Amino acid sequence: MRLTGPHIGLLATAAIIALLPLTFPNSYYYDVAVSALFNAVLCVGLNLLIGYAGQISLGHAGFFALGAYVSGILTTRWNLPPLLALVVGAVLVGTLAFVLARPILRLKGHYLAMATLGIGIIIFIVLNTEAWLTGGPDGLTVNYLSVAGWTLKGDRNWYWLAGILLLTTVWLSLNLIDSAVGRALRAVHGSEVGAAVVGVDTGRYKVLVFVISAVFASVVGSLFAHRNGLITPGIGSFFHSVELVAMVVLGGMASTFGAVVGAVILSVLPHLLTSFEDYEAIILGMIMMSTMIFMPKGIVPTVLRLLRQRGGAS
Amino acid sequence: MFAEFLQYMLSGITVGSIYALAGLGFAIIYNASHVINFAQGEFIMIGGMASSVLVAAGLPLWAAVILAVLLTMLVGLALEIFAIAPARDADVVTIIIITIGASIFLRGVAQLVWGKSPRSLPAFSGEEPINLFGAALARQSLWVIGVSLLLILLLGWFFNRTLFGKAMLATSYNRLAAQLMGIGVNKVLTLSFGMSAVLGAVGGIIVTPITFTSYEAGIMLGLKGFSAAVLGGLGNGAGAVAGGLLVGIAEALGAGYISSAYKDAFAFVIILFVLFFMPNGLFGKRSTERV
Amino acid sequence: MSLLRVDGLSKAFGGINAVADLSFTINPGTIHSIIGPNGAGKTTLFNLITGVYHPSGGRIRFQDADVAGLPPYELARLGMSRTFQNLQIFFNMTAVENVMVGAHLHLNPRVLPSLLHLPVVKRRDRECRAKARELMEFVGCGAYLEADSASMPYGALKRLEIARALASRPKLLLLDEPAAGLNATESREIDEVIKRIAGQGVTVVLVEHDMKMVMGISDHILALDYGRKLAEGTPAEVRQNPDVISAYLGAGSA
Repeated sequence: MRLTGPHIGLLATAAIIALLPLTFPNSYYYDVAVSALFNAVLCVGLNLLIGYAGQISLGHAGFFALGAYVSGILTTRWNLPPLLALVVGAVLVGTLAFVLARPILRLKGHYLAMATLGIGIIIFIVLNTEAWLTGGPDGLTVNYLSVAGWTLKGDRNWYWLAGILLLTTVWLSLNLIDSAVGRALRAVHGSEVGAAVVGVDTGRYKVLVFVISAVFASVVGSLFAHRNGLITPGIGSFFHSVELVAMVVLGGMASTFGAVVGAVILSVLPHLLTSFEDYEAIILGMIMMSTMIFMPKGIVPTVLRLLRQRGGAS
Repeated sequence: MFAEFLQYMLSGITVGSIYALAGLGFAIIYNASHVINFAQGEFIMIGGMASSVLVAAGLPLWAAVILAVLLTMLVGLALEIFAIAPARDADVVTIIIITIGASIFLRGVAQLVWGKSPRSLPAFSGEEPINLFGAALARQSLWVIGVSLLLILLLGWFFNRTLFGKAMLATSYNRLAAQLMGIGVNKVLTLSFGMSAVLGAVGGIIVTPITFTSYEAGIMLGLKGFSAAVLGGLGNGAGAVAGGLLVGIAEALGAGYISSAYKDAFAFVIILFVLFFMPNGLFGKRSTERV
Repeated sequence: MSLLRVDGLSKAFGGINAVADLSFTINPGTIHSIIGPNGAGKTTLFNLITGVYHPSGGRIRFQDADVAGLPPYELARLGMSRTFQNLQIFFNMTAVENVMVGAHLHLNPRVLPSLLHLPVVKRRDRECRAKARELMEFVGCGAYLEADSASMPYGALKRLEIARALASRPKLLLLDEPAAGLNATESREIDEVIKRIAGQGVTVVLVEHDMKMVMGISDHILALDYGRKLAEGTPAEVRQNPDVISAYLGAGSA
């Protein structure tokens, strides 16, 4: 079998995930890496929606938070097994996304941005307000992830779980994009009417990708809840939704590896800036603006193009 | 019973005026450049913060107001020149990220320079409320409503009666044609940011005696302004004003009669319902796809 | 037995009739041209037939089904496809992928097998790609098999759209100004392509301004003016129709 770009990328990602822990001096590094990997999984899903199908969502943190809270509430209050809670969360969020998708995805551009933003904010406010269920602003304590009596503990184990999850996600995403379904999604981005006249039910594909990306967010939210032990409504805030979109756009829209790179950069950045805490927002804002001005296609596509040009010149 | 309703309406109209100004700010920029400026709320914040800081430093109110408006206008112009203009041909999502980046940046600077604690301004003409059929009307509310009305009328005159205003409208309809007619399109785009910044700043200043302000105050105000603009139909100035008042009143009534905890949610519930049934807002033009 | 039958079709935009009470039939296996001055309603008619616009009134029968108001993707399923006057290429995809989207209906794509890249999906994709390449050769843009669509010249993109439409295996193919913007040589080549398509049994409906091409390849011509039927018939009949001469060709060319 011929090795293509995506295969090389997948192997490289696997190698990096496998070898990176050798450079970690302490568990703090694992901690940061796990959050980066989780965000990467979420962004690969979000990129299917934003980058490939060309539909913006400024409310995806809401789906993430819903997944987290469903897991938290079902496991702590009703003593459901975590895996079952995770699946229930994914089904609930997927259903919600499915119901909302039809009317929302008729909207275009800024109207779609407004609607998704509104949904995210409403979810955030509900989580904040219904304290009897969610614990309100103080948050909710969530148990460890345990499966059949075995409990997942320690940053190292979480790291391997998140790493394998990311590799699987990237593989699935690459497969999907390089299939008739993926081409239909990209065609919706390229020209909706052009896709429709050759038989692509554009509405159905927009709903499909919205649901898929929402389920991704929900599953990552559930895992995040178990790992963090405490969840607060802030994880569903507008700012978090914006962060997620920024990760996708920064790394490169319509590039699965771009989503991964963007997620890793923006997840690690705050930890690098802890000594400049007062400047964190300023630096983040600067990075968002300057990347978009100088590399509007995002980091990975821009770098790939430069490499190809150099390769072509020599 | 009636007094209570009137009380909610008055506070709704007051807040709604600010949303209307913010919505107009969105509409002006959107018309000129088809950009949604997510930093619009920061203009409101900068106006409020700068004026409070200056008054606290001992400046008379009028001087603080002028300086705060000028400062915000400069920020608006700089935003267009340094961040928006270089990315003019980028797609919608890219520009959304730029303006959101700008809003995070401005918030960061405000926090660094002015600190995290909330600030306020003294009411412009006394704190003693006016009794109106049993409802208490804050004097500052009259300032808010009056100044907003004045600005809205002024803008209406500017766009319909002055040459430059008409040039701006022409640019929004057809940028290329406007350029061919000798309109300095780049100047129009830059100016639209300056004007929106001024609108935001004035709104921020007049509402600060009522609501307080802080480095974070711009987020929600900006999003409500965006809701107002979308509700009215993007690019429709009168629609944005109506949308702003609608959001303000719905919020006040909802908070009063239904639940104050969900105050911020009402605007978004309304906007979702409207968009479900009218994908181009209440007064937006229906567009037919040309293929 | 007609393939397409239009009966009393109307479309109004804000009180103005872009298409008014229009009736005609299209027989299978023919090349049918629609001519008329700018603004005569030709593209609107295309948009109505292919489901991009909803008609204000009238009926459209395709084969034996009443199809007025059906969305474009349903019509594609029934065997209708088209190209556009303003290109609707997927510029975010390669040329061959554009054509592969055209074969969407025949791949019967499902999500789970696609996610897992099951062997059956891979095999079908390989076949689809091969077919897409053949179609690109067939319409004459075989030089761009591996190209990014965004880097292709205008003339090649027009052909690419035809290949994409053909990939859906239509019975009825509507081409909106396939020769617009092309030079004389390219026009003649498109002319050949259209004849070859018709030769394979596909019924072609054409909107075109290039009169030489229209008169040369059409079996039947429908002339429109202000959304109404001006004349209909064989090229020879339409050419001699006095209404057509005065309204469309102008006094000077008569």
